[in-house]
Amino acid sequence: MSQESDRPGDEQPAEGADQEKVSAAARLFDVRRVIGGLFVVYGLIVTLLGLFDDSADIDKAQGVRINLWMGLAMLALGGFFLLWLRLSPTEVPATEADPEADAGPRKAAGT
Amino acid sequence: METLAAEALRLDLDVIDYLILAIYFATVLGVGFAARRAIRTSADFFLSGRSMPAWVTGLAFVSANLGALEIIGMAANGAQYGLMTLHYYWIGAVPAMVFLGIVMMPFYYGSKVRSVPEFLRLRFNRPTHLFNALSFATAQVLIAGVNLYALALVLDALLGWPLWVSIVIGAAIVLTYIGIGGLSSAIYNEVLQFFVILAGLIPITIVGLVKVGGIDGLFAAVRDSDLGDAALHTWQGTASSANPLGANWIGIVFGLGFVLSFGYWTTNFAEVQRALSAKNMSAARRTPIIGAFPKLLIPAVTVIPGLIAIVTVKGLGADEGDYVYNNAIPLLMRDLLPNGVLGVAVTGLIASFMAGMAANVSGFNTVFTYDIWQTYIRRDRSDEYYLRIGRVATVGGIIIGIGTAFIAAGFSNIMNYIQALFSLFNAPLFATFIVGMFWKRMTAWAGFWSLLLGTASSLTLYLLYLADAVTFNSDLEESFWGAGLAFVTAVVVAVAVTLITESKPDDELRGLVYGLGGPTTSGEVILAGDKVWWRNPVLLGGIAVALAFLLYIPVW
Repeated sequence: MSQESDRPGDEQPAEGADQEKVSAAARLFDVRRVIGGLFVVYGLIVTLLGLFDDSADIDKAQGVRINLWMGLAMLALGGFFLLWLRLSPTEVPATEADPEADAGPRKAAGT
Repeated sequence: METLAAEALRLDLDVIDYLILAIYFATVLGVGFAARRAIRTSADFFLSGRSMPAWVTGLAFVSANLGALEIIGMAANGAQYGLMTLHYYWIGAVPAMVFLGIVMMPFYYGSKVRSVPEFLRLRFNRPTHLFNALSFATAQVLIAGVNLYALALVLDALLGWPLWVSIVIGAAIVLTYIGIGGLSSAIYNEVLQFFVILAGLIPITIVGLVKVGGIDGLFAAVRDSDLGDAALHTWQGTASSANPLGANWIGIVFGLGFVLSFGYWTTNFAEVQRALSAKNMSAARRTPIIGAFPKLLIPAVTVIPGLIAIVTVKGLGADEGDYVYNNAIPLLMRDLLPNGVLGVAVTGLIASFMAGMAANVSGFNTVFTYDIWQTYIRRDRSDEYYLRIGRVATVGGIIIGIGTAFIAAGFSNIMNYIQALFSLFNAPLFATFIVGMFWKRMTAWAGFWSLLLGTASSLTLYLLYLADAVTFNSDLEESFWGAGLAFVTAVVVAVAVTLITESKPDDELRGLVYGLGGPTTSGEVILAGDKVWWRNPVLLGGIAVALAFLLYIPVW
C-alpha cells in the first residue's frame, strides 16, 4: 500500500494494520453448504406435499402439480450446491488468486 | 381459494407454510452466529475481510437491489405500463453495472478505500467527504425505515400480523444477524435470499402462464385489454411521449439509462460495498458484471407476472384498497399457489424485505464507523474499539430505522418517496464522481461545491414541486428532471470552481484518476483481464450488454 503514504494530510487511520489482520480471520464456513442444506430441506418438504396434493390444490394451480415440480427442482438445486461443495471443497484453488491485480499487502485470498 | 374474509388479500397459510418460514428464520440467524466466529477485526465485520469469491459477491450485488420494494414495484409497473418496464432492467441497469465493473471498479478496489465517501476524501477533501458521509448515512436509515414499514404492510395484508409486531420482529432479526455476523452475514443471507425469492416467483410465473395459455396467450390477452398493443413494445412508441410510460427515447436513454441508472449503480455504497468485499481485483470487477446476468432475466419473474395479473385479476389497478397495482404479486400468490410453494413465496417476500433493510444497515454502519466516527470524532483507537463502535452503530441504525418506519407510514406513496431520495442524493454524486475520475485537474473544492450545489438544486426543484410552484405530469417526471438538473449543475460547478482554484499534484491522485496509474490501476491491470477468458471482465461485460440488446429485439 505504498501509495497511501504519499498523501499528505490524508492519513489513513489504522489502514495498514487492519489489512494485515484480515486474511487470517476471514475463514468462513461455506455459503454453498447453507444454500444446499436449506434447499434440500425445502425440496423434501414441498416434494412430499406435492405427492399428496389433493385435487383442490392441483386445480388452484391450473392443473399443474406445482408443489411436486418445484419440490423436485429445489431438491436438485440443493443437491447441486452440496455436490459442488463436495467436488471443490472450501479451500479455493490456486488459479483463483490473481497475483497482479491483487498485489496488496494481504496474502492471496483463501475463502 | 375462498378469500372473502375481511381482507381480500389474506392468504391461507397452513402449518407447513409456517414451518418453511420458520426454517428460513432459523437459517438466517444460524448464518449470523456462524459468521461471528470469523470476525476478528473491523475489516472482517465491515468488508467480510475482503475474502469473498466473485459468484457470491455478484449474487449479493444483484440481491441487495432485489428488495421486495423492487419486486413488488416492478410487477406493479408491468401491470400498469406493460413491457416498457423492461427499460428499468435492460437499459436502466445492465450498462451501468457493466460500466461499474469495467471502468470504475479499478479505482474503488485498487485504491483500497473502505467506502464510497472515503474515495471522495482521497480524491477531493474532507468537507466533500463529510457532506457525502452524512447524506449517505441519513439516506440509508430513511430507506431502511421504508423497507421495514413496507414489510409490515405486506405482513399485515397477507398474514394479518399487526404492524408493530412485524416491525419489531423484522428489526430484531436483522439486528441479530448483522450485529453479530457483520457484512459476511448480510452477504451470505443475500445470496440465500436470491434463490429463495426466485423459488417463490418462478411458480407464480409458471402457473400464471399456464392459466393464460403461455406467452402467446398472454400477449393476445394483453392486446385485448385496456393496455392494448402499446404495452407489448419497448421502443416503438418512443418517438413521442405518447406511450404507456409517458417518456420519449431521449428521456429513456439519457434520463433513465444514464443519469438515474449510473447514479444508482455506480455510486451507491450499499451496492458497491458488495464488490469491495471481493477477494481480489478480478473478483471485484466481475461482481457487478456477474450480477448483470441475473438482472437481464429477472423481468421474466416480475414484469411477466405483472402482465398476468392485469389480465387475470379482475379489478386490478384500483386507485386504493386491495386492488392497487402494488398488490399484483400478492394477489397472484393468493389466486394461484397451493400451500407449500405458497410458504416458499411468502418466505421469499419477507426475506427480500429483510435483505433490503440489511443492505441499508450494513452500508450505514460502515460509513458511520469509518467515515464519521473514526475520521472526525475518535481517531487512532484500536481496531477492537472500532469493531465495537460498528456493532453499536448497527443497533443505533436499526433503532432509528424503526423510528423512520413510522415516518414512512405518513407518506401515501412510499415508492415515490424513495425515488425522490435517489434523485436527490445519487445524481449529483455521480456527476461529481465521473468528472473527478476522468479529469485530473478537477480540484478538491470543485468536488465539494459541485456535490453541494448539485444536491441543493435537485432539492430546490423537489420542494418547489411539493409546494406546487412548479408542475410536472407525474412524480416520475419530476425525479427525472430533478436528476438531470442536479447532474448538469454539478458538472457546471465542477468546471467553474476548478478554473479558479488550484489542482492537487499528480502524485496525490495516483490510482484515483483515469490516466494516472497507481500500483493497482496501471493501464495494464485495468485493460488486461484475468488469465482465463471466462474471467475477463471486459468480455463478460460485453456479453451482458450484447444480450440486453438482443433481448430487446423481439419486443422492440
